[in-house]
Amino acid sequence: MESIFLQQTVNAILLGAIYALFALGYALVFSVLGVLNLAHSAIFMWGAFIGLLAVEQWQLPPLLALLLGALGGGLLSVLLEFIAFRPLRRRNAARISQLISSIGASILLVNIAQLLFQQIYNRTEAYYPLDLVLFPGMSTETIVLDDIGLRIQPIRIVILVIALVTMVLLQYMVTRTQIGQHMRAVAFSERIASLLGIPVSRIFVLTFFLAGIFGGMAGMLYGVAFRKVDPFIGENVALVGLTAIVLGGMGSIQGAVLGGFIVAALQTISIAAGGSSYSNAIVFVLLFVVLLVRPQGLLGQPENTRA
Amino acid sequence: MNTRKCCAFVLVLLLLFPVAVLAQDDATDEAMDEVQMGAWETCETPDNLPEEINLGVIYSLSGPISVYGGPQQQAVQLALEEINGSAYLGEGTTLTAIFEDSAGDAEQAINAMTKLVEEDGVVAVLGPTLSTEAFSADPIAQENGTPVMGTSNTAIGITDMGDFVFRDSLPEASVIPGTIAQSVEILGLERVGVLYGDDDDFTLSGYDVFIEALDENGIEIVGEETFSREDVDFSAQLTNLLNNDPDALIVSALSAEAVQIIIQARDLGFEGAIIGGNGFNSPDTIEQTGEASEGVIVGAAWNVASTNPYSEAYETAYEEAYGNAPDQFATQAYTGAWLFATAIRCANSAERSDIRDALAAITDLETPLGTFSFSETRDPIHDPVVQIVQDGAFAVLGAEDMEESE
Repeated sequence: MESIFLQQTVNAILLGAIYALFALGYALVFSVLGVLNLAHSAIFMWGAFIGLLAVEQWQLPPLLALLLGALGGGLLSVLLEFIAFRPLRRRNAARISQLISSIGASILLVNIAQLLFQQIYNRTEAYYPLDLVLFPGMSTETIVLDDIGLRIQPIRIVILVIALVTMVLLQYMVTRTQIGQHMRAVAFSERIASLLGIPVSRIFVLTFFLAGIFGGMAGMLYGVAFRKVDPFIGENVALVGLTAIVLGGMGSIQGAVLGGFIVAALQTISIAAGGSSYSNAIVFVLLFVVLLVRPQGLLGQPENTRA
Repeated sequence: MNTRKCCAFVLVLLLLFPVAVLAQDDATDEAMDEVQMGAWETCETPDNLPEEINLGVIYSLSGPISVYGGPQQQAVQLALEEINGSAYLGEGTTLTAIFEDSAGDAEQAINAMTKLVEEDGVVAVLGPTLSTEAFSADPIAQENGTPVMGTSNTAIGITDMGDFVFRDSLPEASVIPGTIAQSVEILGLERVGVLYGDDDDFTLSGYDVFIEALDENGIEIVGEETFSREDVDFSAQLTNLLNNDPDALIVSALSAEAVQIIIQARDLGFEGAIIGGNGFNSPDTIEQTGEASEGVIVGAAWNVASTNPYSEAYETAYEEAYGNAPDQFATQAYTGAWLFATAIRCANSAERSDIRDALAAITDLETPLGTFSFSETRDPIHDPVVQIVQDGAFAVLGAEDMEESE
């Protein structure tokens, strides 16, 4: 009984790390733009896809593939800023149209991936190699701790560490560096920021680039952990990621991470308690309750005191 | 104003999407095969057919389910090339497929069926891919008196929709009881854990049949867990199940989830048999799970290892045309196209009701699936195979024992 509890806790933490990494990019764009970038899930998928092509088609070392997946995600995300967001912002379009534009971009990105999958694999799914390890010398063997009845895949620990490190770095950047100050200024008011001489456009590009890097990296790591990649892997994570950032507080970096872990914990708890049919329902009931009781999220501040 | 433009942009994208998907499937291929020609001849060459006969085909060509729909479409194209190449319907008559994409979506399947049956006036329809789609779309064919044949619908109740609804895909109800009975006998199972998808007609009806079969064999169920389509992490469910120390895991899942479930069950230290339904019956199951697949048991309508000469000839032609081995669903789609062609040939007519009657009368036709007949309820009758993964390949379960006892 004890061991199953421990194993389930570990299951939840490792699942939460993936959610958290994904939610970070979501949160970052939202904190600066105040707009949800619904194409983030497509960036995530592209990160996994590019990483897959790198290891599987181009035979590159996995770490380089991870770098490419992250960079590819970053560049695609910047492209989105130029094509889907900036033109609308220029014309002072309502935020809802930016949201819709991001949905359109997302559909387009997924479809392009689908065509490429068909071209390359003659089908719409592909798998990371079974024996892939991220670092030379890392093992694919499950770590077995029989004394306490625990089993962990090494890749999941790597993801956990990367998610936590990324969170700390990002938090540091946003709160302690000049770029972070600029980001927060832009988040507070684009107009005031530009009056202060902050290169607003560049800050936007940088924000999208960073968010894309997290998205791409999360995608690639997700691909390595679960192996299967198809053009639709972003969809599932998108909903969970959205729940995570709403839970944690829209635009809060720690909030996104916390939210990711809470969602994973809830899903796991509901399954462990015997209600695997309701695991998603429970997550969304919670989302609903949070929106009613504390709309700014767990770690968010009320709208009027932000920034 | 901007919002409007933006919406229009999105709409245009949405509209372009199916076009883009459909545009890419330029029919390949030379692959003509002599073995097939004549093998299907159960009736005289027809002389009463129009120059062009349109067959409607609805498969999930985009979206996650295209994993099944893509190969199904390829298989139908291959069958049509062979049918037309061998003048199976007589010189001067061409059987042409009109492909529609159902994208794994019931609404889209309804639209596709309506278009094919009412606008295009097809003589018969193959598909749709999912049972869920079939339950929505097939009634339209039934109302219009158009024969429709599911080639991958295995849920209970498909052919109850009407006398124009057929399928050549062996329902789970025909495959699973044998799978369980044989596994119990050969492996001596006593306690099992059950894991199934609870948001899909196919996996749900698989679950029902499994439970019934387990009950009949007096097997104790020590735990039941569910998951949703597209889930990737099953650790929590598996941890729960394995905590009860089952002899085997019974899994009703589509192939995408099956791969993850097998790998993760082994990661959690499970060494017993993992018994799956139709969803497990794909080359991917072994290829993508590697060593973890050892001991996986699948009952299936067809397997690539089949030694039936019709199956081997088809397999060769398919591999030549598309560069990879066909799966069961492609085989059933291929057979479906030939079954319709045979019905048209035997009916010597392109009338929907004549084709229906001729189709229902098909008995003991040699096909890649084996010797094939339709039952009175328009369900397929042919022998299933129970396979176990050994040394990285599917082998017939208990084959050695059986040889010994003979």
